[in-house]
Amino acid sequence: MGQLVSIHERVSENLNRALHSAIGADKQLYLLGEDVCDPYGGAFKVTRGLSSSYPERVLSTPLSEASITGVAGGIALSGGKAIVEMMFADFAALAFDSILNFASKSVAMYGVRLPMHMVLRAPSGGGRGYGPTHSQSLHKHFIGIPHLSLFELSPLHDNHDVLEKMLTRGEPCIFFEDKTLYTRRMYRDGQIDDIFGFDYIDEEQNFARISIDGYQKSDVVLIAAGGMVERCLQAARDLFIEHEISCQIIVASRIFPIDPDPLVPILSTAGLVCVVEESTAGGTWGSEVAHALYERMWDELPGRIELVHSKNSIIPTAAHLEKDVVVQTADIYRSVRSALHA
Amino acid sequence: MTLSRLVDDDLELLLLIRHFESALLELFGEGKLHGTTHTCLGQEYIPVALEPFFGRGDFVFSNHRGHGHYLSRFRDPESLLAEIMGREGAVCSGVGGSQHIRREGYLSTGVQGESLPVAAGVALTMKSAGEGALAAVYIGDGTWGEGTVYETLNMARLWCLPLVVVVENNHIAQSTATEKQMAGSIAGRASAFDIAHHLVRGNDINQIREQLDSVFAGVRNGAGPVVIEFDTNRIGPHSKGDDTRDATELARVREHDWYSAYERQHPAQFRAADERQRELIDTVVRSVESRPASRWDNS
Ligand SMILES: Cc1ncc(C[n+]2csc(CCOP(=O)(O)OP(=O)(O)O)c2C)c(N)n1
Repeated sequence: MGQLVSIHERVSENLNRALHSAIGADKQLYLLGEDVCDPYGGAFKVTRGLSSSYPERVLSTPLSEASITGVAGGIALSGGKAIVEMMFADFAALAFDSILNFASKSVAMYGVRLPMHMVLRAPSGGGRGYGPTHSQSLHKHFIGIPHLSLFELSPLHDNHDVLEKMLTRGEPCIFFEDKTLYTRRMYRDGQIDDIFGFDYIDEEQNFARISIDGYQKSDVVLIAAGGMVERCLQAARDLFIEHEISCQIIVASRIFPIDPDPLVPILSTAGLVCVVEESTAGGTWGSEVAHALYERMWDELPGRIELVHSKNSIIPTAAHLEKDVVVQTADIYRSVRSALHA
Repeated sequence: MTLSRLVDDDLELLLLIRHFESALLELFGEGKLHGTTHTCLGQEYIPVALEPFFGRGDFVFSNHRGHGHYLSRFRDPESLLAEIMGREGAVCSGVGGSQHIRREGYLSTGVQGESLPVAAGVALTMKSAGEGALAAVYIGDGTWGEGTVYETLNMARLWCLPLVVVVENNHIAQSTATEKQMAGSIAGRASAFDIAHHLVRGNDINQIREQLDSVFAGVRNGAGPVVIEFDTNRIGPHSKGDDTRDATELARVREHDWYSAYERQHPAQFRAADERQRELIDTVVRSVESRPASRWDNS
């Protein structure tokens, strides 16, 4: 079956296949969400085909984000596993209590370790003109919660592996899926384009590294998660072609908890380290990464870690206004250039 | 279905909404619109029927499917189209777009159910003011899945608030049939909170107004909250190009369309008004399309 998959598989198709295999392989695994059943197959078509194959475990729910997350908690409590699709990540705010006060705490608050196998899928981010209540990056609101792990969809990480990791972790996970990725292609076999290739820097394959073929050492290391890959890549291309600045891009699959160890050898030879995220500034993943790196390798860092965020703003609907707020390729390019000149 | 003759003004408003919504789907088809939109095709008669019940001091809360609600209240297609297209003259500078709109006595937002308690809060201040104003909130049948609906009904009844919950029950939420989302009924749920429930069938605007006249008067006079449920049909897609209903079902819902029925029953009046509104919307589209991008003072 593996060979039949075209190298041009879209990210949403890869995720869809991964969901098919996971639900097919585990009779205790449920998937719940609004409009996830066929023929609709979810607002972003990620759950296509699942309800036809597994009608008793793939359920379209009422508009009840708080309670379907609670139901997932009940499935986990019974020893099963559950995946919940939030139609838009923004609505995870409605499920916040269930995640914070029930699912994650239950892992520890009864005095013994209680595995809670559940994954909340959260289609995130702007760039599609959906407006202020359908476009946010909520990552920062979930960072630092004990027993809650955060992952992000990535075109460099096969979703079969990522899903397996999340479903066996024994604690609830949120899977942030940048909506702009769904229609993008997965990268495979270490290839990106005629300039860049990629590999993994750790055994777990949590961190993918995009680098210029043949360059051992880079002027700049950008650290990002999946949704930012395209924008970082374009900035890296422009910086290389226009200024011969060489960039590596580290792409994290699990974004929290943060284990900085695999990054140390790469960052200690860099000229600039920059964390890029779509979130607004203030208590973010990026600042958490920077903090972890300062703790781990203060003396070896090339200097202050540069953070790139969206503007401190709600996300407007109109394309021209949205572009002005949400991190673009040009913002990354500009931040790198000015940090190098500083 | 027999539709009584409307005064010209009502018919023009109905057709204004119809042509506005049709134009949006066309603009999407041509790639001239960005993002998403939810048209109220088939449901236009609801806000038109309710329009005379809302006075200046009242507050109308709308939802994602809100263009008809807005157009009925303000009759101002330019500001709405400019909002949806992000052009100069947009009612909220292009920031809110189709589903986040605020204008005097009117507000919509994109999180289902969220405006219910807000409407109750507005109604609470209206009750204190004692001037007979009311807050109305439009929701769909699917939104009855949200717990906040029940928390709000409870408070609204306990505090006897001047709150009108208008339910546009089109028997579907996005792609999911209501019978797969809702146990029991809206009437049963209202009754559980001891809240009066009025079911409105059919799309004869004159009849609907007759039926509801005393209901609105009651709310203004302190009778407490009501639920008005419209049994209606969404004849267009949920958003754009995402209708998964089969041909038989689509044919069934189209049979309920007031547009063709009214055309058949009142051809002369219809034709003139239809032509006028179609042209008006054409002009609005051309005007808005040619405008520069909206500006937003984000300080
Ligand atoms: C809290 C929340 N959950 C989900 C959505 C996505 N969504 C938008 S409209 C809709 C269906 C609403 O159905 P209904 O209330 O029946 O109104 P209709 O679309 O039929 O007018 C859904 C699921 C949302 N906007 N807010």
